[in-house]
Amino acid sequence: MASAISNLQRHRSLPSEAVAQATQDPAWVRWLLTSVALLFVAFFLVLPLASVFAEAFRRGIAAYFAAFKDADALSAIRLTLLTAVISVPANLVFGVAAAWTIAKFDFPGKSLLLTLIDLPFAVSPVISGLIYVLVFGAQGWFGQYLEAQDPALPWLQHWLIARDFKIIFAVPGMVLATTFVTFPFVAREIIPLMQSQGTDEEHAAITLGANGWQTFWYVTLPNIKWGLFYGVILCNARAMGEFGAVSVVSGHIRGETNTIPLHVEILYNEYNFVGAFAVASLLAVLAIITLVLKSFIEWKYQQGRAEA
Amino acid sequence: MITQSPLSSLNFSSPVNRVLFIYVLAVVLILGGGIGSVSAKDIVLRNISYDPTREFFVEYNTAFAKFWKAKTGDKVTVKQSHGGSGKQARSVIDGLDADIVTLALAGDVDALFEHGKLIPQDWQKRLPENSAPYTSTIVFLVRKGNSQHIKDWDDLVRPGVAVITPNPKTSGGAQWNYLAAWEFARRKNGSDDAAKEFVRKLYKNVPVLDSGARGSTTTFVQRGVGDVFISWENEAFLALKEFGADKFEIVVPSLSILAQPSVTVVDRVVKRKGTAEVAKAYLEYLYSDEAQDIAGRNFYRPTSEAAAAKYADKFPKVELFTIDEAFDGWTKAKKTHFADDGTFDQIYAK
Repeated sequence: MASAISNLQRHRSLPSEAVAQATQDPAWVRWLLTSVALLFVAFFLVLPLASVFAEAFRRGIAAYFAAFKDADALSAIRLTLLTAVISVPANLVFGVAAAWTIAKFDFPGKSLLLTLIDLPFAVSPVISGLIYVLVFGAQGWFGQYLEAQDPALPWLQHWLIARDFKIIFAVPGMVLATTFVTFPFVAREIIPLMQSQGTDEEHAAITLGANGWQTFWYVTLPNIKWGLFYGVILCNARAMGEFGAVSVVSGHIRGETNTIPLHVEILYNEYNFVGAFAVASLLAVLAIITLVLKSFIEWKYQQGRAEA
Repeated sequence: MITQSPLSSLNFSSPVNRVLFIYVLAVVLILGGGIGSVSAKDIVLRNISYDPTREFFVEYNTAFAKFWKAKTGDKVTVKQSHGGSGKQARSVIDGLDADIVTLALAGDVDALFEHGKLIPQDWQKRLPENSAPYTSTIVFLVRKGNSQHIKDWDDLVRPGVAVITPNPKTSGGAQWNYLAAWEFARRKNGSDDAAKEFVRKLYKNVPVLDSGARGSTTTFVQRGVGDVFISWENEAFLALKEFGADKFEIVVPSLSILAQPSVTVVDRVVKRKGTAEVAKAYLEYLYSDEAQDIAGRNFYRPTSEAAAAKYADKFPKVELFTIDEAFDGWTKAKKTHFADDGTFDQIYAK
């Protein structure tokens, strides 16, 4: 969003004749470009979205809602919410801390940290899932630790075995995988924003006697709040919609380790198309809510800018 | 010092509190819902199975729960997981908690012994019929009218015929397919080399290798890819039932393999969870008249004589050979054909 906003800002500062010139392309060019864009949007976004709802309501409203009465569907919804409720705040805290460090301070290894934050974007989600299976699976380090005759920290091994503590093919693994793939969203959103804002206001606050925490809470945070909110929303959307990584670590036990996207796949594979599309429509609604919130935030942000 | 709280003027503190409040409320609701739904006396079993058994186990789990309730008074819920047989075995080895595995072939169950020692080596002797309570075979599913005139395995290697079959590396059904084709060619052309050439040609005709049988069914039936789908017999019947006999037909080849999906209790897991008794009963009940009837209804070939007779006219007569006769058992077949650098890797890489 930061780049979109800076674009908008640049537009705003353009001299008016330049804007006028840009809108005086021949009519056919304008029409062609507009219709190409609209057709593209219609085919790749609106049509699939509409078909999700059309399929979901094919057998009527009763069949649609029946899909949500199923215990496995409810459990999938609950697990999806649970993973989001854990992984989004984790990434929020991390994202703010990382962005604060990167944007406001100079230290060796800064670009390495930036690259590492982007890692989950570069790695295929399936690989991210597999990493956790290899590390925490019964054949991986975690499994070997549980099997070890003479482990480090024997009390921990004892505790884990007594609790029958599972990471992979259980909720902790799903949360880990989700957190990994949604890791960059918040940080990536606010780093450019913080960098463009510079450190002048913070310096002023410190000169006036504020300590580090006060500077952050009263100066930095209000400046980034909309960018932060935006990052959280994107992060949440991805956390709830993630398929690849959680599919690898889930084990697909119905009623236990299925999230909404995994549940959709199962229903589809069982020829229950109305059910599959009904549950998928939940995700579509989530996407729409995300978009509405996103537009709202952009509008709010513009307003804030205009007032300032 | 900053004296007047800028929080109020920025109007940020109350939304933060509100967000925190909603967040805590959400956590409580989500977790509370989870805790409330589990009561102490329920037994939960996990059955890790392969792809086409979905419909069968939905029916069987209800029947078993009723049987067990009548016998002991305990409520037993069976949680299912389905996927390509080899992939499922891999997950169990990696720590997926399975009380029971019901996989597509004995070779995949063997893997639980080989990697991780989850079960004893002689697991197959613990239940009747080599721990295969129901059987099936491999047939062809073609589109109505059979425009490519597919009659037998020979027709699958003709240029221009698109064949759908899953990946033998991850799918049990695909391994049965592969071995059935191999044996057909070996008997016809007389040597293993000829058989290898035959399957090489066959896999040249495969446009997509899905990871499990159900994925392949979707590819063939839903997405309309391919002229012929080499399929479990039960999966082929199910496709006819779900999508109508006016769209597809089953072609039975002259020779096929007796597919024996195998089941076992996972000793390491049931010992830890204390579910050994009910898990054993769950598998034993698969051999009961009621379960055999459910199997027949779901297009599996029952092993009990009574049920086999009842459903005899449903299943086409076909000459079947067993894996022991033709390939000297699964251990050897896996090593020769599906291990790294086995014949499948050799024919599919080139």
